[in-house]
Amino acid sequence: MSVLAAIRPDDWNFPLLVHVLGAALLVGALLTAVAALFLAWRRQRNADAAFFGRLAFRSLLFVAFPSWWIMRIGAEWIYSREGLDDLPEDPDWLGIGYITAEGGGLLLLVSIILAGLGARRLARSGGETSTLLRVTTVLVTIVLVAYVVAVWAMSGKPD
Amino acid sequence: MELYDWLLALHVLAAFSLVAALVLYSIVIVVSRSLTVPSDVSRSFRMTRVGDVAIAVGSLGTLILGIWLAIDSPDYQVWDGWVIAALVLWLLSMETGRRTGEFYNAVRDRARALVAEGRDAPDSELAGKLRSNTGLLSHAATVVLILALLVVMIYKPGA
Repeated sequence: MSVLAAIRPDDWNFPLLVHVLGAALLVGALLTAVAALFLAWRRQRNADAAFFGRLAFRSLLFVAFPSWWIMRIGAEWIYSREGLDDLPEDPDWLGIGYITAEGGGLLLLVSIILAGLGARRLARSGGETSTLLRVTTVLVTIVLVAYVVAVWAMSGKPD
Repeated sequence: MELYDWLLALHVLAAFSLVAALVLYSIVIVVSRSLTVPSDVSRSFRMTRVGDVAIAVGSLGTLILGIWLAIDSPDYQVWDGWVIAALVLWLLSMETGRRTGEFYNAVRDRARALVAEGRDAPDSELAGKLRSNTGLLSHAATVVLILALLVVMIYKPGA
């Protein structure tokens, strides 16, 4: 049975709460950024595109980035508390979690930089859209989908 | 994966959807507090459409799948104290969430009406509502209740 549903030792609860809360906040920030980026993509008026681009950038920088760290620190904490580091080989669900956390973190960092540059360029140029923001839209959507798969794998544990 | 694992994975995904919607609403509320022009307010609240879908999926998913899980699991029952506490918190959060939605939807509709009338100058009444504590406190109560719900689900007090 999954650790999320199980009645587990008390000292596992807080690290799990930190991990789950960080992950949920991260998904929320990514969802906000994706929604804003798609609106920035669709908008014809510069003011709209600049507003949504800036909103996406701030969501990623001020909410998604700190949440990633909370999720990641919580993950290591519960990993050692559960004694998973003593296993000879990581189970599949844990592998999925690690790959998406690390890979998604890297893509998130790139997305923050691109979104910041894109929003800034859009505000300065007065253009209607930004290629950088469109690239960010694709990247952040990939990260969001990857994290949804990770949530499914970590909770359902398909082994 | 067995039925129980699928139910749990979907239940957790629904919970993530719920929290993600709250993060999105929080960001929109914070951003909107500094706005005064009706078209800016109307633009900002376009973001909430995504949140509306996420909150519907999250709230119904957590309730239905949560009850199904409690029935399916041999380890706990629907009438266990922590399950009842979670149900009460869910109900309370739905009520505070409904009040928050009612307040901010009225503000959004007022902004749209002003734009439709061609009155797109800074509006002190609109700005006053966005900066008032009525909607903010109601939203903060929803966030606290959902956080308490998450704590109950992880700690399972009394189980």
